[in-house]
Amino acid sequence: MKNILSKIISAIDERYDLTPIRNLLLHKKVPEHKHSIWYYMGGVTLFLFIVQLFTGILLLLYYRPGEDSAYESIRFIVTEVKFGWLIRNVHSWSANLLVLFAFMHMFSVFFSKAYEKPRELTWVSGFIILVLTLAFGFSGYLLPWNELSFFATKVGTDIVGIIPIIGEPMKVILRGGEDVTGATLSRFFGIHVAILPAILSLFLIMHLLFIQKQGMHEPDEFKKLPESQKKYIPFFPDFALKDLLLWVIVFNILIFLALYFPWELGNKADAFASAPKGIRPEWYFMFMFQTLKLLPAHLLFLEGELFGIMIFGAAGLVWMLIPFIKIKHREGWKFQPLTLIGILIVAFIVIMTILGYLL
Amino acid sequence: MLIDRRKFLNTLLGLGGIGGILSVFYPVFSYLIPPKSSEPKVNSVKAGMNSAFPANSSKIIKFGRKPVILIKTEDNQYKALSASCTHLDCIVQYKQDTKQIWCACHNGTYDLNGRNLSGPPPKPLEEYDVKIVKDEIIITKAG
Amino acid sequence: MGKRFLYLSIYALCISFHSNLTAAGKNEGKGTIAVKEDHCYNCHKELGNLPKDYSDNDIHRHADISCSSCHGGDPTTDDDAVAMSKAKGFTGVPKKKEIPGLCGKCHSDIGIMRVFQPRIATDQVAQYYTSMHGKKLLTGDENVAECSSCHTAHQILPVKDPRSTVYKLNVPNTCNKCHGNLELMSKYNLPVNQLDEFTKSVHGQALLKNKDLGAPACNDCHGNHGAMPPGITSISHVCGICHVSNMEYFNSTRMAKAFEENDFHGCEQCHGYHGVQKPSDNMIGINPGSKCVDCHKTGDNGYEAARKIKESLVNLRTKYDLASSKLIEVKQKGMNDIDIGFLLQDAKQDLIQSRTLIHTFDAVKVGDKTKEGVGVSNKALMLSQKEIDEYYTRRNGFAAATVAFLLIVIGLYYKIKDKEKKGNK
Repeated sequence: MKNILSKIISAIDERYDLTPIRNLLLHKKVPEHKHSIWYYMGGVTLFLFIVQLFTGILLLLYYRPGEDSAYESIRFIVTEVKFGWLIRNVHSWSANLLVLFAFMHMFSVFFSKAYEKPRELTWVSGFIILVLTLAFGFSGYLLPWNELSFFATKVGTDIVGIIPIIGEPMKVILRGGEDVTGATLSRFFGIHVAILPAILSLFLIMHLLFIQKQGMHEPDEFKKLPESQKKYIPFFPDFALKDLLLWVIVFNILIFLALYFPWELGNKADAFASAPKGIRPEWYFMFMFQTLKLLPAHLLFLEGELFGIMIFGAAGLVWMLIPFIKIKHREGWKFQPLTLIGILIVAFIVIMTILGYLL
Repeated sequence: MLIDRRKFLNTLLGLGGIGGILSVFYPVFSYLIPPKSSEPKVNSVKAGMNSAFPANSSKIIKFGRKPVILIKTEDNQYKALSASCTHLDCIVQYKQDTKQIWCACHNGTYDLNGRNLSGPPPKPLEEYDVKIVKDEIIITKAG
Repeated sequence: MGKRFLYLSIYALCISFHSNLTAAGKNEGKGTIAVKEDHCYNCHKELGNLPKDYSDNDIHRHADISCSSCHGGDPTTDDDAVAMSKAKGFTGVPKKKEIPGLCGKCHSDIGIMRVFQPRIATDQVAQYYTSMHGKKLLTGDENVAECSSCHTAHQILPVKDPRSTVYKLNVPNTCNKCHGNLELMSKYNLPVNQLDEFTKSVHGQALLKNKDLGAPACNDCHGNHGAMPPGITSISHVCGICHVSNMEYFNSTRMAKAFEENDFHGCEQCHGYHGVQKPSDNMIGINPGSKCVDCHKTGDNGYEAARKIKESLVNLRTKYDLASSKLIEVKQKGMNDIDIGFLLQDAKQDLIQSRTLIHTFDAVKVGDKTKEGVGVSNKALMLSQKEIDEYYTRRNGFAAATVAFLLIVIGLYYKIKDKEKKGNK
């Protein structure tokens, strides 16, 4: 078996020169220190994304977009297709875990300041990937065409419409019309399975290329150590095995969740029914939703909601450009100002999310 | 333990690996095999062949969860209506002599448009569309 | 009772003003007259002595039929001496015995009625005189009901109007005004518990509580104007108006003949009348409390039939209950219950039809139907079991997969540890 494998590899090597790959595998190394656990976050996020891709393609074989068929096709998948329940529930759960790990990955990179030069573009592409992931979540949520999805989409696109000048046209383009209808479903389907995957692949490849080229970021304490004391482990096979171990555990948890906490089918969407009580978005949008709910009707001369959206927009922009913003180092502070800001932001998100469910 | 540690671990990994791969690929392959009712058909239901359906007769069809009565009139027109009586949900029937729809439970009657004519039923029967495609009768929800 | 007295005293007041107390005169003013030109109405309104039960919604008022159409007199003049003169046909308050004739003057004449409602019946008075109320009224009984007792005098509303005293949902209370009055009914040896019984009955619950207009009110069984309690021969026909299958089955049996010969009261014999309840399976069979053993003794044909019928029924019911509880289990486990629910609906239908077939008193017919139902229930049970098995299979499959993953995890963990140790060496 090994012989055949090595014969194939040398055949390819002859034709395409696999030296760069071989170098990567043999020489790539990962720093080992007390915070290196966070290095795994990106890998898990990537793994979950691959799971999404895989289960998504499988669902595509049976899912039928359209007002009259979407809901029924999902019921078909979950009740009649063998293991359809498993594929659907894994897809739904993996989506949520994906967003969770993406956020954890982003904040661990933030707090370890890995975005600093020379890794600015890795951060920017990563932030764009996060936004695309949220877009994946938003567009995918409509596809089962049940009551919850319908109204969540209605509310979400309504908020887009608040943006001055471009808001209304954007909303109409998103919805494929004035209201959320079957046209919206078609659009979101196209966005979810074609447009977003294409764009995301672009940014993901860039993101991964940057990381391979530049290697893992070393935190300051590590960098300051003398060379002899710097501990590294080879990426292949040591780190890779640890990665695999974690992926297997995450996979097992994912399947456990899919089996014991299945996603509901819900009631088929009815445009003429009134919104069900307690309508709310998915948890990863909850903090923004709750903030908008808490804002007063008017702030200065702006409508409260518009103010909220603009603040979030500005905050997102600033967040994306963090690597390019220089904040003076404060002597003697336990936590630097940027770190403090980061802690505040995390606290804000967590508290707003919790409030969204309590109130 | 006289077993070589390395070999033991490798065997363990091997077994686990095969088990893991099986538990991923077995469901995926089963998923790919089309189930016996090969499409979710709750918006249209096939109801048999037109040529095999005698005039002035009826039959009860399953439409998703709902019963539907399919009637072929004397002049070969099709009518499809909900078969759940609007009074207390008994299944209605077509009477060939009076050419009306009748509910045996409390003597409710409907005309062929589903309109409630007499007896307790408070509302008409919901209508469904009937199309003939290549001699096959297809019932769909009313447009 | 008190209200009637009040009306009479008010009328007496008017009459003392006008002192015209003669009986039926010519009925002038058969034509219609707009309210504002009707001086009867206008004067009495001004004086504040319109009849206590007067309502502007009254159907005669709506049709612009003047007070004078019933009471005589001339509505076109406001000179009360002329308006309420005998010469103008003024009759004042009609005597009770005169009322049917008074109403009938228009309501029995299709020539008059077709002007207002082309399809209205005109046989009410004729029917009325065939009823106990009518017969007694002719003998001078002042206690019985006449037209205004049920329809009111001055706030008559069409039957279809929910505010009308003769609207279906209000009929039981209207009849009960007299038939629930102990003092009144004791004069005729009539009970006063009918409304009570009816309210507790399945018909009463449907009509009064659930507002189901398909349920019968008093007049559906007793008739309207020709009201009579249904005679023995008519009972099954009356019930059979709605319960067609039961009547048809029953009338074709030897039991029906036997019932007639023995003066048994058809459906009422087993089901009661006013207080009829939802029938239970206990009513059939050979158990104490069943209706069959009221007449049939151990060993006779009827006894055997009852036993067999009960057996079939119990068989189906038990199977159906079992299938229902299995379906609930499937639902709770979140598995696919659609097809099973459908089968159960069929089985329920079979159960209902079996119970109706009891009225053939033919154990074979009932048995055939229950067998059908049992077959369907069994299919449902099978499907439910399949779903429940699938539920456990999934969990077992997951357990097996977890074991595989656990092996991988343990293997990897030690492999990694080994590599680290090697690295340190």
